[in-house]
Amino acid sequence: MNYSIAFRTIVTKEIFRFVRIWPQTLLPPAITTALYFLIFGKLIGGRIGEINGATYMDYIVPGIILMSVISHSYANVVSSFYSTKFQRNIEELLVAPVPNWVILSGYVSGGIIRGLLVGTVVASISLLFSDIEVKNPYVALSIMILTATLFSLAGFINAVLAESFDDISIIPNFILTPLSYLGGVFYSVKMLPDIWQSISLGNPILYMINAFRYGLIGVTDVDIQLAFIMTIVFILVLTLLSLFLLYKGIGIKN
Amino acid sequence: MNALSISNLKKTYNNGFEALKGIDLEVKPGDFFALLGPNGAGKSTTIGIISSLVNQSSGSVSIFGHDLKTERSLAKSCLGLVPQEVNFNQFDTVKSIVFNQAGYYGTPRKLALQRTEHCLKQMDLWDKRDTISRRLSGGMKRRVMIARAMVHAPRLLILDEPTAGVDIEIRRSMWKMMEEVNQQGTTIILTTHYLEEAESLCRNIAIIDQGRIVENTDMASLLARLHVDHFVLDLAEPLAQAPVIAGYQIERIADKVLDVAVPKEIGLNYLFNQLSEKNIKVVSLKNKSNRLEQLFMSLIDTKSAGNK
Ligand SMILES: Nc1ncnc2c1ncn2[C@@H]1O[C@H](COP(=O)(O)OP(=O)(O)O)[C@@H](O)[C@H]1O
Ligand SMILES: [Mg+2]
Repeated sequence: MNYSIAFRTIVTKEIFRFVRIWPQTLLPPAITTALYFLIFGKLIGGRIGEINGATYMDYIVPGIILMSVISHSYANVVSSFYSTKFQRNIEELLVAPVPNWVILSGYVSGGIIRGLLVGTVVASISLLFSDIEVKNPYVALSIMILTATLFSLAGFINAVLAESFDDISIIPNFILTPLSYLGGVFYSVKMLPDIWQSISLGNPILYMINAFRYGLIGVTDVDIQLAFIMTIVFILVLTLLSLFLLYKGIGIKN
Repeated sequence: MNALSISNLKKTYNNGFEALKGIDLEVKPGDFFALLGPNGAGKSTTIGIISSLVNQSSGSVSIFGHDLKTERSLAKSCLGLVPQEVNFNQFDTVKSIVFNQAGYYGTPRKLALQRTEHCLKQMDLWDKRDTISRRLSGGMKRRVMIARAMVHAPRLLILDEPTAGVDIEIRRSMWKMMEEVNQQGTTIILTTHYLEEAESLCRNIAIIDQGRIVENTDMASLLARLHVDHFVLDLAEPLAQAPVIAGYQIERIADKVLDVAVPKEIGLNYLFNQLSEKNIKVVSLKNKSNRLEQLFMSLIDTKSAGNK
């Protein structure tokens, strides 16, 4: 059977959803990140000097872009799939001959597209403040897509397991945001005391941010290959977990 | 080949509750079939399993010959479901709800648009196509779900209490719509609480109680087995209490209204003789149309009494 129509239907529906509510989905990251660039990059960064040979503004741009990609791909899938589950319109997909992997890839694609779109918005705003010449565009683009994929999957799992609206805000607020900030968006881990450096290396987001920073400005604290392998392994694990949850019907079937 | 066959279907929910205790059911193609039962009997559970919304514990289901386990996609393609509760995205427009559903079934865009228009027109909703579904009345929401269930032209349409909570006029028009759909060749299975609904629409009927099928027959022979008629009598003068007449069960519903259960073998003559003797004047008489309900209650009483 050909599932491309079902897949396209889900993706189109997902895109319409976040475009329709653009003041909630596309506008806020533009405003917040413009403020980050202005305050941290311009006002404070001017007094900080260079990190690893890059101006402070250039140094924080990649992290801020990727942080937006992470939070928006996650937020898109977790809120869309949770409300689909909550309003029970997930049943529209369950009664139809749509295999679980098509459901998963449809929602995850929606998250990736939102993440990349927000990433592009934030990147365009950064051009107002800095004039980065992209060093390794393929590295930058591929780690951005992989990161969006990974966090879309994570958002999906969160939505499947969530039993209330509280459950879909706990992980973004108490895990994702702290890990992003501690993932070296605003500083190099090399600036930390040894013990905190070692602890930071257990934070997967650190690897993605550094790989992306390497792609944009050619500077990194970690091994790029390791960053890619790690992200891909995480993607595989979360994909299998998502498919398992769907197969078991956890949270959506009795 | 049956439109639906179910054999020895069992379901135990996670909390240990055994909702289905071995259901067997066969529905012929083209049939208009009623699944009747009191609240909590297991109707929605059965339908949930047929439509892949509930995991079965054991047993087998096949839809137009396609086994739900081994040929799930084909089985699903034959089935359209109108669930008991509204379950579409309330923020979507009527048209996009129906159109997207066609997409999930793999219908190409152009055909999907045609089918959407056809089904919305059939359900008298074409004028409402751009309305956000949250703003629709209850009856319209039901019809959106019917249109959605039919958009891929399923051979079997299952409706779980489609007319619950809609007013009588709309209910009648929905009956007409369902009859049309059935006449065009779609097999229909309906669950309902309005027993007259099953009586006026359905040719075959199964009655389910406490997770078991307690009766499975055609409507005509079921009705023929009915041996008690219920009448409502309007009286000229108010009565303080119901008269007692041997052979009849008489209840006073209001000052001047009596409800009388009349066994067919006794008939009405004797009743009226006795009422005249007691100087009770009857102004008018009407047949109460809940015959099936009576039958249904008596069936369930005897079967569950037998179980104890
Ligand atoms: N998710 C569930 N968990 C436990 N018990 C359930 C669940 N859903 C339904 N039941 C129970 O199963 C029985 C049958 O329910 P249902 O199929 O909805 O009945 P009907 O549709 O005939 O009213 C009821 O006793 C109900 O309480
Ligand atoms: Mg029910």
